[in-house]
Amino acid sequence: MSPAVAEPTLAGVDCSHCGLPVLPGDIAPEAGQQFCCSGCRTAWALISASGLSAYYESDDRRGAPVRLSGRRYDEFDHPAFHRLYVQAIGGGLLEAELYLQGVHCASCVWLVEQVPLVIPGAVRAELNVPRSLARVQWDPALTSLAAIARFLEQLGYPSHPFRGGRADQRRRAEDRAMLVRIGVSGAIAINVMTVALALYAGWFGAMEPGYVRYFRWISLGLTVPAIAWPGRVFFTSAWGALRARRVHMDVPIAIALGAGFARGAVNTVTDAGPIYFDGVVTLIFLLLVGRYLQQRAQRAAADAAELLHGLTPSTARLVEGDSIDEVPSESLVPGAVVEVRAGDPIPTDGQIVDGRSNVDRSLLTGESMPVSVEPGDMVYAGTTNTGATIRVRVTEAGEATRLGRLLVELEAAMGRRAPVVQTADRLAGWFVAAVLILAGLTYLVWHRIDPTVALDHAIALLIVTCPCALALATPLTMTVAVGRAAKAGILIRGADALEILARPATMLLDKTGTLTEGRLQLMAWEGDEQLKPAILALEAHSNHPVARAFESAWPTEPRALATGARQTLGGGVTGSVDGVDFAVGAPAFVLALALDPDHLAQSVPADLTPVLVAAAGIVRGAAGFGDPIRPDSAAAVASLRRLGWRIGILSGDAPSVVAATAESLGVSAADARGGATPEAKVAEVERRLAAGPVVMVGDGVNDAPAIGRASVGIGVRGGAEACLAAADVFLARSGLTPLVALIAGSERTLRVIRRTIAVSVGYNIIGAGLAVTGVINPLIAAIMMPVSSVTVILMAWRSETFRTKP
Amino acid sequence: MTILFILVPVALGVVLIGVGAFVWATRKGQFDDLETPALRVLRDDTEGPDRTR
Repeated sequence: MSPAVAEPTLAGVDCSHCGLPVLPGDIAPEAGQQFCCSGCRTAWALISASGLSAYYESDDRRGAPVRLSGRRYDEFDHPAFHRLYVQAIGGGLLEAELYLQGVHCASCVWLVEQVPLVIPGAVRAELNVPRSLARVQWDPALTSLAAIARFLEQLGYPSHPFRGGRADQRRRAEDRAMLVRIGVSGAIAINVMTVALALYAGWFGAMEPGYVRYFRWISLGLTVPAIAWPGRVFFTSAWGALRARRVHMDVPIAIALGAGFARGAVNTVTDAGPIYFDGVVTLIFLLLVGRYLQQRAQRAAADAAELLHGLTPSTARLVEGDSIDEVPSESLVPGAVVEVRAGDPIPTDGQIVDGRSNVDRSLLTGESMPVSVEPGDMVYAGTTNTGATIRVRVTEAGEATRLGRLLVELEAAMGRRAPVVQTADRLAGWFVAAVLILAGLTYLVWHRIDPTVALDHAIALLIVTCPCALALATPLTMTVAVGRAAKAGILIRGADALEILARPATMLLDKTGTLTEGRLQLMAWEGDEQLKPAILALEAHSNHPVARAFESAWPTEPRALATGARQTLGGGVTGSVDGVDFAVGAPAFVLALALDPDHLAQSVPADLTPVLVAAAGIVRGAAGFGDPIRPDSAAAVASLRRLGWRIGILSGDAPSVVAATAESLGVSAADARGGATPEAKVAEVERRLAAGPVVMVGDGVNDAPAIGRASVGIGVRGGAEACLAAADVFLARSGLTPLVALIAGSERTLRVIRRTIAVSVGYNIIGAGLAVTGVINPLIAAIMMPVSSVTVILMAWRSETFRTKP
Repeated sequence: MTILFILVPVALGVVLIGVGAFVWATRKGQFDDLETPALRVLRDDTEGPDRTR
């Protein structure tokens, strides 16, 4: 890790087309032009052949070819960083996982995996494209992780340490175990089915009893490992539920599997009566497949520690004496002093010791306006410093911060959420139990009527009622629906959420960023056109959101030149334009400097934030700022109402602003609540949960615990990571129109599920009727059985659940 | 048909080998990432020093 290690040499050759460094392996020594890739070679040839070579002479083309942040990545070599993210792998080598931004394709794999060729000491680089994770190994005596990270950035991939290491390993182990179970149970199921087919076929052509016994014993021998290994998950989970004195869907499944297996085993030993092994192993296999489909859909599990990292910056600027070091945020301890530059997120909770600034707390509290802070004030992790550079003495770090506690609360809230028991799962378990009882009765009754056919009829019943179709109907339909929804920009994680969303209930919406745009805009302006260039000139010296709002409201206005502009935090901006003194800012600030003879201060509507403009000591203009309601919010709220939903607003913003929003959207005042802290939002959701399912829609961290607690949580585009992790559904297109599509799609999905269940149950009832009355024999039953599965699969596949084109 | 008493165990032995191979491959992480290896083979492997894999 010595800092004396030289930068990797790129041989100093730049691509003739794009200007990026050419890798040593690609340099053609004799050629006049050098290219970093064949794409550039083609582009160069095309441009030259078209006589457009002058393009390469133009100056602006020679600008930075790739946007480089110029980061040194020095913190990657910090001992604290190594403790957290770097493992020794033996042979004196170190290994770390880096999350790379901007990875998409085959050339990315190629580029990243060239690292060992270019950097002496880098031993191995391996990229996982879908997860954008690069695993790098290097020799600390020859190079450092920072050098590798700098090289990766030169290639266009800024890197971050991957934090979810442990949770990720656990998840990977779970995935592999699940896959092994499916593979093993599938192999066993196919073989038991083959043997069963031989037995059924032998039923007609008088198979010798010796062979029959042989095949039955083989079935038993194959089923034992299926029960003991892949099937064990159902027994352990059912046993766990019973011990907790609860019943869930695994209980009837375990009973059915256990009873079927025990009866079959006894019958094998006594050499009489049906064996149920084929049904048992097929059920294990199909249930596991259904579960795997669901599990894959709900991948990104919310781990409080992981979320915390996503919201707080990975590095902090630690102040020690006169020097400032970039250190990992995890290494900060209470008492340390960190510097937070303007525009940077604040890494920990702390007290300001130096500097005055504005802090945007919308992520944490939902307030739409930044608050001004000065020495002595508390600032919190997860908020952003929008004003000037401040120094903060750390009071709480990591999970002890307000944000950290909020995320722990979020995890707890999600744990309290009652699991949605899917109709089909519930049905399948009881269905199997009922079939087993019915088969037993059939055998007993027929035994009295005609002992020679009793077994036939019982077996036919068991085959024809194989619940494969039933077990597949719901997961399959939902998987198809989730895939269709994703194409329509609706990402559904907990597929079971569809079942709740299909029935009208209560829906609570956050205001800031959900119903509204979530950013400040100029909503009202009273004053002279001539003031605009001067206002823009002054606001160019401010980094307050009001300044940005002025600029985006008047993008084409000419800009004057201000002299002596000065920003007063929490007040406004003063300065002179063409010799006239101007002041732009909050009423209190401006009225202290100027008179308001025209009472312009009163002209701003009450639900907007007023800003006054004074020229030469007289107030000449008044502007009102607000967070405008999204254009489609009113229509979406109205359509949801028509579908039977009860709509409420739950916001952390000022009650007066929330009331105004509610009124313009037609939400009754009783259902609109403002000034709610994240904790109050959870309480409100819990209160309403008593009356039925609650759907929470939001975008911020302040909504996350409520989203986690609600029956179904929905995150909207642009939302915070914690909110998205807590949400069951994420709307990737902006606005609330996708919300209506989601509700309508869920209704259609549930209708399809009901239809498939009805078909498979109806089919099974008819088949069971035929078998019990002795109309069909086992072979015909064995042919009929897959027909119902195929019908259900086709129905799920062809179903119109979500429309990909809005 | 006595051949069945030999052939069925042989067939099951073959199944056992297949299942064993699958379990081994899964535990080695062969199914963790199904996308990247497909892209990795597109790369020319001619240049560069020998990489111990």
